[in-house]
Amino acid sequence: MSIKANSTRRWRPPPLISDPRLRWLIIIGVVVYLYFALSSININVDRLIRGLDRGSRMFAGFLQPDFTTRWRDIQAGLIESLTMTVVSTVIGVIISIPIGFGAARNMAPMPIYLFCRGLITISRTFQEVIIAIVFVVMFGFGPLAGVLTLSFATIGFLAKLLAEDIEEIDAAQVEATRTTGASWLQTVTYGVLPQVSPRLVGLSIYRFDINLRESAIVGVVGAGGIGATLQTAFTRYDFDIASAILIIIIALVMTTEIVSSHIRRRLQ
Amino acid sequence: MPVSLEQDRRVWQRYDRATVLKRWAWWIVSTVVVIGCWQIISGATRWEFVADAPQQLAQLVRRAFPPRWDYMSQLWKPLWDTVNIATLGTLLGLIIALPIAFLAARNTTPHPVIRIIALLIIVVSRSVNSLIWALILVALIGPGLLAGIIAIGLRSIGFIGKLFYEAIEETSIEPIEAITATGASRFQVLTYAYLPQVLPAFTGVTVFRWDINIRESTVLGLVGAGGLGIALNASINALQWDRAGMIFVVIFVMVLISEWLSARVRKAII
Repeated sequence: MSIKANSTRRWRPPPLISDPRLRWLIIIGVVVYLYFALSSININVDRLIRGLDRGSRMFAGFLQPDFTTRWRDIQAGLIESLTMTVVSTVIGVIISIPIGFGAARNMAPMPIYLFCRGLITISRTFQEVIIAIVFVVMFGFGPLAGVLTLSFATIGFLAKLLAEDIEEIDAAQVEATRTTGASWLQTVTYGVLPQVSPRLVGLSIYRFDINLRESAIVGVVGAGGIGATLQTAFTRYDFDIASAILIIIIALVMTTEIVSSHIRRRLQ
Repeated sequence: MPVSLEQDRRVWQRYDRATVLKRWAWWIVSTVVVIGCWQIISGATRWEFVADAPQQLAQLVRRAFPPRWDYMSQLWKPLWDTVNIATLGTLLGLIIALPIAFLAARNTTPHPVIRIIALLIIVVSRSVNSLIWALILVALIGPGLLAGIIAIGLRSIGFIGKLFYEAIEETSIEPIEAITATGASRFQVLTYAYLPQVLPAFTGVTVFRWDINIRESTVLGLVGAGGLGIALNASINALQWDRAGMIFVVIFVMVLISEWLSARVRKAII
């Protein structure tokens, strides 16, 4: 390399993936995927233009939300959503604790471990609405199906995180408790629970937020809450009512999120 | 931890009396609230439908198993659509969330007022579920894949944006000062000082959200926004539970694969 060429050489940041063959393989793969994925979307331009018209109507509706016309429906839906959230979070947390212990490798024998892990996987795999469909078939329309759905979803979330926490506890404290002659139950309450309970409480409050958000949609398949009212408003193109409901949902979620993050910060 | 004297014996208790009373009061109040909520739920429930739940479940299982394996030939297209909704939606969310995150982070925002607007966008996006976004978009632009992609994108802005701006706020100041001292422009500081520090977190968050989006996009079809949900809705409305069972199997396998993939990618980054 001549000196001249050397002096004009500019520094460039090293590429993200050092192997050039792998780098090009990934780039080409992404481009090919994007080509096929994008070409499989059918975009109906005509419909989009009509949509823009609706969009402006919707935006107008958003600026003038109609809280009064369907207030009774909205109120009933909101009370249902809120009570569903409270009950399902409590039930979910209560069931999550034994399942979480069962799913911790250092606490449970193999068959129980596998059963609890299986339950957690099923709960985490299916979106709440799909679980709600099954529960609506089993228990009929109404908020009970929603409560059971959200409780089941809570188990998947909370028991998994609790189990991971329990697997990482300090074994010395458990052993110390056991050497005093404590029974299994006493070992758990004095040796294990104090180590995991602060995070458990924090996660339960966090799950309350999630359940509130989810309780707004399980109504779409008939499992109670504000979702059914919202869907009706949209299918009738009552954008002013829909926007009123959306504003209430957003305000409610924001309020609980602020309160819960405040509580969680105080707990830590 | 208090020790009390009872009949000349020292008894250890975990909490003192005031704490015990406070705890009891808290428990009683929350129990009353929960029971009150349960009363409302139970009042809205038709218990005669609940009573035959075991029969309903047995019937459901009998109808759904074995799943109709040959129905799979019709499911490849919805499956491809679902993956596309999740992937393109995540991409859309990422593209919009990236500038918003830099505007929302305390150390990179150009102005406090802009920061508040960016935070507001993040909060609104997070508060509204992707299924509700899909309801809105189907009403606006009609049913189809596009509505699903935009719905997933809009919901992802809040999630990705929030975790991104938290990562930006945690960057270390030294490399930034060093790059600034070389006379770099604002954009150069962003790309050479901030980006290398936050890139691992950004990739992890995006892949994590993609994994969540795969799960969410399976139900968007219930409101008409494309993917497996449309097939699921059709099967359930026609009471073809063997087909619905097949769709459940497909969703289960797909979500497990995406979770495994995203966990592997995140482990490789860290």
